[in-house]
Amino acid sequence: MPDLLLELRSEEIPARMQRRAAEDLRKLVTDALVERGFLYEGAKAFATPRRLALHVAGLPARGQDVREERKGPRVGAPDGAVQGFLKSAGLASLDQATIVTDPKKGEFYVAVIERPGRSTLDVLAEILPAIIKSFPWPKSMRWGKASAQPGALRWVRPLQSIVATFGPETETPDLVPFAVDGIVAGTTTYGHRFLAPEAIEVRRFDDYVPALERAKVVLDADRRKDIILHDARDLAFARGLELVEDDGLLEEVAGLVEWPVVLMGSFDAAFLDIPAEAIRATIRANQKCFVLREPGAECLAPAFVLVSNLIASDGGLAITAGNERVVRARLSDAKFFWETDKAIKLQDRLPKLDSIVFHEKLGTQGERVQRIAALARELAPLVGADPDLAERAARLAKADLVTEMVGEFPELQGLMGRKYATLEGEHPSVAAAIEEHYKPVGPSDRVPTDPVSVAVALADKLDTLVGFWAIDEKPTGSKDPYALRRAALGVIRLILDEEARLRLMPIIVGRMALVQAVTKVDGHDAEVAETSPGLQSDKVKQDVRKGVSSDLLAFFADRLKVYLRDQGARHDLIDAVFALPGQDDLLMVVRRVEALGKFLETDDGRNLLAGYKRAANILRIEEKKDGRSYEAAPDASLAARGEPEERALSDALASARQAASTAVEREDFAGAMQALSSLRAPVDAFFEKVTVNAEDPALRENRLALLNALRAATREVADFSRIEG
Amino acid sequence: MSSAVDLAPKTSFQGLILTLQRFWAAQGCVILQPYDMEVGAGTFHPATTLRALGPKPWKAAYVQPSRRPKDGRYGENPNRLQHYYQFQVILKPNPPNLQELYLASLDAIGVDLKLHDIRFVEDDWESPTLGAWGLGWECWCDGMEVSQFTYFQQVAGFECSPVAGELTYGLERLAMYVQGVENVYDLNFNGAEGDDKVTYGDVFLQAEQEYSRHNFEAADTTMLFRQFTDAEKACRTYLDAGAPASETERHKMAQPAYDQCIKASHVFNLLDARGVISVTERQSYILRVRELAKACGAAWLKTAGGGAA
Repeated sequence: MPDLLLELRSEEIPARMQRRAAEDLRKLVTDALVERGFLYEGAKAFATPRRLALHVAGLPARGQDVREERKGPRVGAPDGAVQGFLKSAGLASLDQATIVTDPKKGEFYVAVIERPGRSTLDVLAEILPAIIKSFPWPKSMRWGKASAQPGALRWVRPLQSIVATFGPETETPDLVPFAVDGIVAGTTTYGHRFLAPEAIEVRRFDDYVPALERAKVVLDADRRKDIILHDARDLAFARGLELVEDDGLLEEVAGLVEWPVVLMGSFDAAFLDIPAEAIRATIRANQKCFVLREPGAECLAPAFVLVSNLIASDGGLAITAGNERVVRARLSDAKFFWETDKAIKLQDRLPKLDSIVFHEKLGTQGERVQRIAALARELAPLVGADPDLAERAARLAKADLVTEMVGEFPELQGLMGRKYATLEGEHPSVAAAIEEHYKPVGPSDRVPTDPVSVAVALADKLDTLVGFWAIDEKPTGSKDPYALRRAALGVIRLILDEEARLRLMPIIVGRMALVQAVTKVDGHDAEVAETSPGLQSDKVKQDVRKGVSSDLLAFFADRLKVYLRDQGARHDLIDAVFALPGQDDLLMVVRRVEALGKFLETDDGRNLLAGYKRAANILRIEEKKDGRSYEAAPDASLAARGEPEERALSDALASARQAASTAVEREDFAGAMQALSSLRAPVDAFFEKVTVNAEDPALRENRLALLNALRAATREVADFSRIEG
Repeated sequence: MSSAVDLAPKTSFQGLILTLQRFWAAQGCVILQPYDMEVGAGTFHPATTLRALGPKPWKAAYVQPSRRPKDGRYGENPNRLQHYYQFQVILKPNPPNLQELYLASLDAIGVDLKLHDIRFVEDDWESPTLGAWGLGWECWCDGMEVSQFTYFQQVAGFECSPVAGELTYGLERLAMYVQGVENVYDLNFNGAEGDDKVTYGDVFLQAEQEYSRHNFEAADTTMLFRQFTDAEKACRTYLDAGAPASETERHKMAQPAYDQCIKASHVFNLLDARGVISVTERQSYILRVRELAKACGAAWLKTAGGGAA
């Protein structure tokens, strides 16, 4: 079966776009083939800085032939019908039709239309230019003379040449005949820019890869990564050092070279005074080099690994020396930042935060720090932290944003703050909280455990969430520019991991008032003011606050659901708990969901749920029939007049509900479930022996009221109507 | 008689400049002189900003002294200067082999491509004040950025049609590299040795100290605020005064108006260095300059140079 080889050679493709582009190319081409009925055995795409390549194996040489029989008029039909048939079937005369005899219908004409399958080559020549012209680069450009024409080809950087061949292994493959914006597909490509500048003729994938390899191009990015990683480890090992591995950097450098040559450089050990993270940040971000450490130790070694794209004639001496110079200059800068930063205390940097806008509608960083400090103080007792330390940590938490080091390497925020705070003799918990208050950053990030860190981390995230809710900048669909989902998940994980008890609603409402005081434009209040200028009373403001706050609480509920579902909890149980009023203590919500889940796994639980469903069904039907609800408490004396099972249920309900309610108050959810489980037997007996729709209207009404009391009793622990099954 | 001077790019700063000029002159570029106004980068020279607009082919190369008031370090930092030189090349439309030409220019100034690791690393260029952007790379030599390479896509808010290729060489850095010098002030400027040797420090160290003082401490902000407003006003006035009376006429004063845009931009940079522009105001100043640049670009497109009929 024939194969397709496609290569799109261009000027240097940004490293971060290569993998995605290769995958897009594979998908676009194979999808277009499949859409036209061309199946293939396998497809793989590749990217280097200077080319995208695609190999589609096992394509048919041509598409399936199509044979169609079209029934025509009977023999001897009027001329109009015959002409219409000839025209629609594409026949010149009736001689080209066959005559078929059918016992019922007699003789009639049939046209046999045969359409040969299209040649794959033609189809490729049609598909490929269209895909190239509309390729989904994240950013693309025009270039050269052609760029003056409307509709000029756009590519990520100038596209230089196209190789496109199609054919079986055993023969010389065909060139896929097409051109895009003056670039004619051919069989010529080029290898490494410096190491093998000569043209290469390629025929098919099987000779393309080795030809490139000879021309010092490793086509497969994963192989380049592998080479880099192994060579880097070996070089490090040979010097008695250990590579600090870095997947993101590895992926990037593999996208910057076609022929990786790994070299090692060193720097003056005096630079090791600079915090290791800062050394790593500068060497990584600016030089795209790896750092090394002493085996088994945290501290860095005064050396780095660089990945060049050249087998240099001097063995890489000049390249290493050049890189060492730049690393030296960078580290001098970092050292300068570190020394300069140390000269000003974090405390003394605070006024500067007043001139930094956090968000145009949410005021300055300074204002934000005030709010976070107040909230951290308020939350401190709830998480077992010292309020003074929590407030202090919150005040200093953002001060490192105006240090030179963080200005240069934003990813060091928090960490540098911690270092400076430690040097300044701040309490260790305060220093730790400055770093950890950003945590947890994602679902897999560590949750801080120091109570001071927890208090500040909660305060920081809650302030962010309330702020953006107040100005109506909530996440929508895939858009969450302020990472608010992450912030909410952070709050959830902090609360659950720390088993912190806090009611979110009053905190949110209180914060909302503070945030609204600084918001430059308050969307909600502005709206109210516009429509009814006289009505912007405190009452209205309060109502708006409550509405927005409830909305934010619902967002928490939503994120908690996602979080618990990932942990394997049933989402219907979470709904059943959140359906109860006032559920804003996340820890209690989770405890209740857990207890409910366990209860429903027992026979008692399952039967009670079944009994509940039966009762709810009857009630629904009867209430609808009667056009009223049965919410009055059942009358014990009436129950006493009825069946014994009715009396038993009445008694059991009263005590179970009371017991459940007391247990819930004690936050003993398992106990509450236990109390409800005592209802199983009386409920079962009731349904077995008692006819709800009694002749006596008073008895009937009381029995319905009993069922309602069962519904009410279960609501002590959850809204059973939300539970599935 | 003075002692012999060596004008090889490896031995003198001016040798580097002369070599680049000769190289690009051989490619058919007009070799211009620096624009006679203070600018933040070679791109501001009308030979780039204005000439990048419109359909007419254009090839030019020139040195442009560039002023970045905020980068002043009182002459104490070996790498940072508030005044430095850029070597600027603009080719419109970009030739298909612009990368090869660039590499040949490195070879010409003594960067042996068999010995040094040259890389094109993604770096998309954007100038918010000029309303301009392009795609390209920073060009690395052994891990050091030595040039910017950009395919202009838009300038002054207008699509470039055709696209121009722009190369910007950071001359001091490149010279430090080829001379093997760690401190910019140690660069050999004139290629002479002994008593006749003139270093970069001899020429510029005092200026760096004085201008750092000026930029950060002394620049008269009242005057500068006034100058900004004046330049902005003048730019508008000249644009109005030169505006064509009908569709068929040309604009008559695009370049003098653009001078005022350059002026406003530099004054803004000075005010920024003095720290008297708040974060929020900053954005609005940038927008004001951009509006001027856009208006000047529109005017240029109505001139002969801009390709107007």
